[in-house]
Amino acid sequence: MMTRTCLLVLIAAVSLQAQVTFDRVLGADREPQNWLSYSGTLFNQRFSPLTQITPANAKNLQLQWVWQTRSLEKFEATALVVDGVLYTVQAPNDVVALDAVTGRVFWTYSHQPAPDARTCCGRVNRGLAILGDTLYMGTIDAHLLAIDARSGSLIWDTAVASSAQRYSITHSPLVVKDKVIVGTAGGDMGIRGIVAAFDAKTGKEVWRFHTIPGPGEPGNDSWSGNSWMTGGAGVWNAGAYDPETNLTFWGTGNPAPDWDGRNRLGDNLYSDSVVALDADTGKLKWHYQFTPHDELDYDSTQVPVLADITFRGQPRKVMLWANRNGLMYVLDRKTGEFLLGKPYVKVNWMDGFDHKGRPKRVPGKIPTPEGTLIQPHVHGATNWAPPSFSPKTGWFYVAHWENSGTIVTEGLSPRPVGVNTRQTTMGQVNLQQFYNNDEEAYGVVRAYDPSTLEPKWEYRMNDITWGGVLTTASDVLFSGGKEGYFFALDARTGELLWKASVGGQVNAGPMSYSVGGRQYVTIAAGSALFAYALPQAQ
Amino acid sequence: MQSSSAVFVLVAAGLLAGGGALSAQHATAFDIEDGGRAFRNTCANCHGPDGDQVAGIDLGRGRFRRTLTDQELVSIIRNGIPNTPMPANNVSEAQAAKIVAYLRSLAESRRSVAAAGNATRGKSIFDGKGACATCHRVNGNGSRLGPDLSRIGQVRRTIELEQSLIEPAAEVLPANRSYRVTTREGATVTGRLLNHDTFTVQLLDSKEQLRSFLKADLMDFGFAPTPMPSYKGTLDAQETADVVSYLVSLKGSTNP
Repeated sequence: MMTRTCLLVLIAAVSLQAQVTFDRVLGADREPQNWLSYSGTLFNQRFSPLTQITPANAKNLQLQWVWQTRSLEKFEATALVVDGVLYTVQAPNDVVALDAVTGRVFWTYSHQPAPDARTCCGRVNRGLAILGDTLYMGTIDAHLLAIDARSGSLIWDTAVASSAQRYSITHSPLVVKDKVIVGTAGGDMGIRGIVAAFDAKTGKEVWRFHTIPGPGEPGNDSWSGNSWMTGGAGVWNAGAYDPETNLTFWGTGNPAPDWDGRNRLGDNLYSDSVVALDADTGKLKWHYQFTPHDELDYDSTQVPVLADITFRGQPRKVMLWANRNGLMYVLDRKTGEFLLGKPYVKVNWMDGFDHKGRPKRVPGKIPTPEGTLIQPHVHGATNWAPPSFSPKTGWFYVAHWENSGTIVTEGLSPRPVGVNTRQTTMGQVNLQQFYNNDEEAYGVVRAYDPSTLEPKWEYRMNDITWGGVLTTASDVLFSGGKEGYFFALDARTGELLWKASVGGQVNAGPMSYSVGGRQYVTIAAGSALFAYALPQAQ
Repeated sequence: MQSSSAVFVLVAAGLLAGGGALSAQHATAFDIEDGGRAFRNTCANCHGPDGDQVAGIDLGRGRFRRTLTDQELVSIIRNGIPNTPMPANNVSEAQAAKIVAYLRSLAESRRSVAAAGNATRGKSIFDGKGACATCHRVNGNGSRLGPDLSRIGQVRRTIELEQSLIEPAAEVLPANRSYRVTTREGATVTGRLLNHDTFTVQLLDSKEQLRSFLKADLMDFGFAPTPMPSYKGTLDAQETADVVSYLVSLKGSTNP
C-alpha cells in the first residue's frame, strides 16, 4: 500500500509541465530530469548529469516498458522528455506523446507527407525540438510543422522547400532564441542545400542560407559550369549553437553526383563542410571543408559536438568531429581554425594535412575500371549516429566501424544531372565490401582524448554499428549496434557492465531522464522504443 | 473479401433498383459511418466536410455537374476525372461504394435550419458573449480544455457544429470525452480523456496538464458529463448561425 501511494505521488508529481523557455533549452544541463533537445543540450554532448545508474548497479537494469511504432521504417529518433512527458516521432512523421513512466500514449499527431516526397535512404525522422508549449518537426516532404505539446494539435505548417524538387527534412530542428532552424536533405537528388530559420510563433521565414554559394558569392567559383545549381550539399543532421558567439553550426553533405566529380571540378564549397552561421541573420561567419572535391560520398553530416577542453596546455573552446571520411578533428569553434586532425580508422584516400588543415589527397583513389580500394567504407568510419562528450572524464566517445573499405569499380558513363534527377552515381559504380585479411569489418565504441585524439579504450562488437552514444555523470556509457544489443559500459575503462537483447537493429542514440527521482534510459531499436531503470526499492 | 463484395452488391443492387436513395437504404449504418470516415480522409480536403467546397458541386445535396448514378460516382472516386483537379484514388470498389452511400445519406439527412450566418460576427460572439476560448483553442489562442477548433471547418459538417452548440451532449466524439478520477487521497481530477486501458488512464486535465494514472491507485474513475454548455438559451438563431459560420471558416494555418 505504501509503495502504491508513493508511486501515485511520483506519477502525480510528473505532471507539472511548464513552458520550455529558450533559457531552459540553453541551460538544459541544469534540469537533468529532462531531455530538451536532440543531444540533450545545444552543445550536443549527449551527456546526462543523472547519477542513479552507476557502474556498480547497472547490472540490475530492468525493462520498464516498450512502445511499438506502427512503422516499418528505421527508428532513428531520439526522444525529448519534458516534465514527465516523452515526445518522439514514428517514422516518417507522426509525433507521439507518451507517459515517460508507463510508456502509454497521450496523443499522436499524424502528418501525411505529400505523395511526391522522396528520400534517398529511408523515410526517416531523427527527432523534435521544443520551445514554449510547441514541438517542431521537419517532414520528409520538406515542411516544418509546429504542434501543440499539450494537445497534439497542429499550430502551423510551413513549406521550407519543394518536395517535388526532392527536398526533404529528416533531422531534428534547432531552436535558437525565438527561431526554429532546419536544413534540407536531398543531396543525391539534384537539390541545392538550404539552412533556414523560421519565426517560432508564426512559421514565417526569417533567413535562408544556401550551402552552395550563388553567382557572385565567394565560393561559387569552386564549382565548374552550372554544377552549383544541383550540387547537393544537403543538411540532414542536427545543428549546434554556441551562445557566446551566437553561432549555429551545421554539417553539410556530399557534392552531387557523389562518385563522379568530372562535371563539378573544384573544391565544391560548402559541401562536406561545417558552416558557422550567425543565428540572427544566417550570415556565414566561417567554414571548414573536411573533404574538398569529394568523390567518395563522405557526407559531413555528423552532429557537431562543442566542448571546452584543455588543448596544448591552454583552455580552448572547440568543436569535436568524428567524420565519415575516417578523420577526427578538433576545430576552434570561434574561428574555425584547424587545431588537430587524425585518422581514427584505416584511411587511404589522404596522407596528411597541409598547414591549414587541408587533406593531401592520394592520387588514384577514385573509381577505376580495375577497381580501387577505398578506405573507409562508403558508409564511412562513422555516419550520422550521435557521439558523446563527457565533461566528467573529458573524453570524446564515438561508435564507429573498423577495418572497413569499399572496392570501387568504374561503371557506365555518368547519368545526366539536373534538378529532380536522382543523380547519385552509386548505380554507375560497383561498390564491393572489402574484407581485410579475411576479417570482416566490425563495430567499436572508443573513448578518445580530445587533446591528442588518441584512443583511451575500445569496446568491440562482432558486427558494425549505427548506434549513438550516451554518457552520464556517474561514468556509465550506453550504446548499441546492428546486432540488436543495447549495453552499458564503464566510461573510464570500456568494461561491459550490462547488456539487453532488444531484438532489432539499434539505429539511434540513447538518452536519459528521470521522473519522481527515478532515472530511466531509453533506446530505439527495430521498430520499438525501450525504457530501462533500476528496480524500485521495496 | 466476401463481406466487402457483399456490401458492394448491396449498394449496386440499390442502384439497379432505381437510384441513390435506395442504395443508401440498403447500405447499413455501419457502411455509412465507414463511408463518412473514408470521405473525411480522402475527399474532404478538397470538397470540404459538407461536400460543397468545390464550385458548382454540392456532394452533400446530391448536386453534381451532371446527373450521376452511384456506379458512375464509384468510378469517378476511383479513377478521377481526366484534365480536372479530381485525382484517381487508391480505394477499393467496396470502399468507394461506401463513400457514395455516405453521400446519399447526407442528401437525405437534416440540414441546418439556421439563418445564413456571418463569420465575422460569429468570431465576435466566439471571443465575447460566447466565451468559447475559455475552453477552446483557435490558432494557438484560447484554452486546450476542449477540442482545438483551428481546423474544425475542415473536419466537421455544418449540421454537426450547430448541434454541438445547441445540444452538446447529443454526440461527443471519442477524442473529446470527459473523464474524472479520484485518487486515494480524495483529490478529484477531471479532464479530456486521451487514452485509457485496463491498467492506466491518460488525461489532459483542467489545468492543461498531461496526466497519467495507474487505475490500481485510484479510488474511483469513469466518464464524466461533457463540460460543454448548451447555447440554446444563450444565443439566438442568428447568433448561433454566425458562430457556426465562423467555425466553418476555420481551416487551419499553412504558410506557403
